[in-house]
Amino acid sequence: MNVEALLLQDVPLVRRMLVSALRAELGRFGFKKAVLGLSGGLDSSLAAYLAAEAFGAENVLAVMMPYRTSSPDSSRDAMEVIQRLGLRHATIEITDMVEPLFAKIPNMGSRRQGNAMARARMIILFDQSEAWGGLVIGTSNKTELLLGYGTIFGDMASAVNPLGDLYKTQVRNLAREMGVPDAILAKPPSADLWPGQTDEGEMGLTYAEVDKVLCLLVDERLAMGEVVQAGFSEKFVRQVWRMVQRSQYKRLPPIILKVSGRTAGWEFRMPRDWGT
Amino acid sequence: MDKKFTVGMAQTFPRLGDVEFNLHRHLELIREAQGLGVDLLVFPELSLVGYTLRDLVPHVAVRPSPEHPIWKPLLEASRDIALVVGFVEEDERRQFFVASAFLDGGETVHVHRKVYLPTYGLFEEGRYLGAGSGFSAFDTRFGRAGMAICEDVWHLSTPYLLGVDGADYLIFCSASPAYGVGTDQEGATANAATVTQFTKTYASLLTSYAFHVNRVGVEEGISFWGGSMAISPRGQVLAQAPYFEEALVPVEVDPGLLRVARQRLPLLRDEKPLMVQNELSRVTSKESGDER
Repeated sequence: MNVEALLLQDVPLVRRMLVSALRAELGRFGFKKAVLGLSGGLDSSLAAYLAAEAFGAENVLAVMMPYRTSSPDSSRDAMEVIQRLGLRHATIEITDMVEPLFAKIPNMGSRRQGNAMARARMIILFDQSEAWGGLVIGTSNKTELLLGYGTIFGDMASAVNPLGDLYKTQVRNLAREMGVPDAILAKPPSADLWPGQTDEGEMGLTYAEVDKVLCLLVDERLAMGEVVQAGFSEKFVRQVWRMVQRSQYKRLPPIILKVSGRTAGWEFRMPRDWGT
Repeated sequence: MDKKFTVGMAQTFPRLGDVEFNLHRHLELIREAQGLGVDLLVFPELSLVGYTLRDLVPHVAVRPSPEHPIWKPLLEASRDIALVVGFVEEDERRQFFVASAFLDGGETVHVHRKVYLPTYGLFEEGRYLGAGSGFSAFDTRFGRAGMAICEDVWHLSTPYLLGVDGADYLIFCSASPAYGVGTDQEGATANAATVTQFTKTYASLLTSYAFHVNRVGVEEGISFWGGSMAISPRGQVLAQAPYFEEALVPVEVDPGLLRVARQRLPLLRDEKPLMVQNELSRVTSKESGDER
């Protein structure tokens, strides 16, 4: 089985679908502007390119939200995207927001601190959303969403997410098609929550491999045994499936404990786009 | 009857659950189509209400009766132009169906209730709606026609039944979501390629006209691909609307082509519906018996 071929897409078609859907989903609620957090990484850069194509660069606010340890390369790459596209932009450092919390709670550890930083950025983006009059565009890709590699109510929060059905490999292909700068395409993916952090180092896997396994398990609906037969180690396949399972809660709204005969999410099932 | 006529394919983006707005939009497009000389204007599945309705179903349902405030203006409009509109039908027993109606001369000529309600993958129609009980062709001033709605058309027996019931004009109304973006079909999603393929095949094998009118727009993150098409009785694409964009596409229909196609390929003449019936009886009785 040629698993790499399964991940290949008609990239111009994907671009057309995402741009028109982005425009439609914001437009139906009366919005013609968007705001997003731009880190200078691949995902947020691609989201910025898509938003600029959908709404025009002057209607997209890119917010850079560095922490004092954030890599200077990130800011440089983000500015490159801003300048190439002509986006509106703002820089709001989160250091002053989160350090008082870190001081109050000793020994938080890098994971908890990272989550707090992601949620501080969420506070800024949703506040800018109201001030700017545009909705928050999500930047989580399908690989991250399925593995749960994101902070719930942090970077996973958005109004509309154009990347959530694209694996990292596919994000890269679309980003290349849209002209995202080479430096951004080339660098190793990182949440940049602490110096030297890389996604692949932290998760102990490579996107190239995990995208193939996820594609077989999720899109192709193969059983784990069949994926192993396709040439992947059983240990790795089990690890991936366990990550998907353990993060299921992150992809759903919180549980509502049922007592009435018509509960939101169960018997009360109105479409989100109701009346628009 | 052999007079040429013009079919208009209205590839619309309905507002979800807003019947009044969509009615207004229908009336606008009807006027526009009349300006283009359209004799029969076909709207997509659920054109008056939108697709991902869920619990909105009872809120948007319509009784196709002359007094109904939504139906009345459509009937009025149909005095000058024949129409196919998509809606949620409420019957006398307060049950709801996905339906398409053929209106002409101020009357409801025929209503088709969707028989196959997809309830798998992203589809959940069976949860909210009742299923229609059959397919029948009907006479119009243009000739004999048959209607089917989206998933109906994915079932082989649907065009066959309409064909042997005498339909020369197959009218397929869809709200078909776009998915599957592999590299093997240019500019179209996988399901769009499949629908195009089988619509051409049905028209060729039944030597009949086929019109597939599909909606566009986005609901709940799902894009609808449009690409509405008119296929000749020889399987040729006579007109096709763009993918993903609203459009009103007129296409001239020459009933004389039916005559030519059926001389060339007399498949309908040689069809054996009684044999099919006998074979189906044999197969279904075996299925329901002990052998199963």
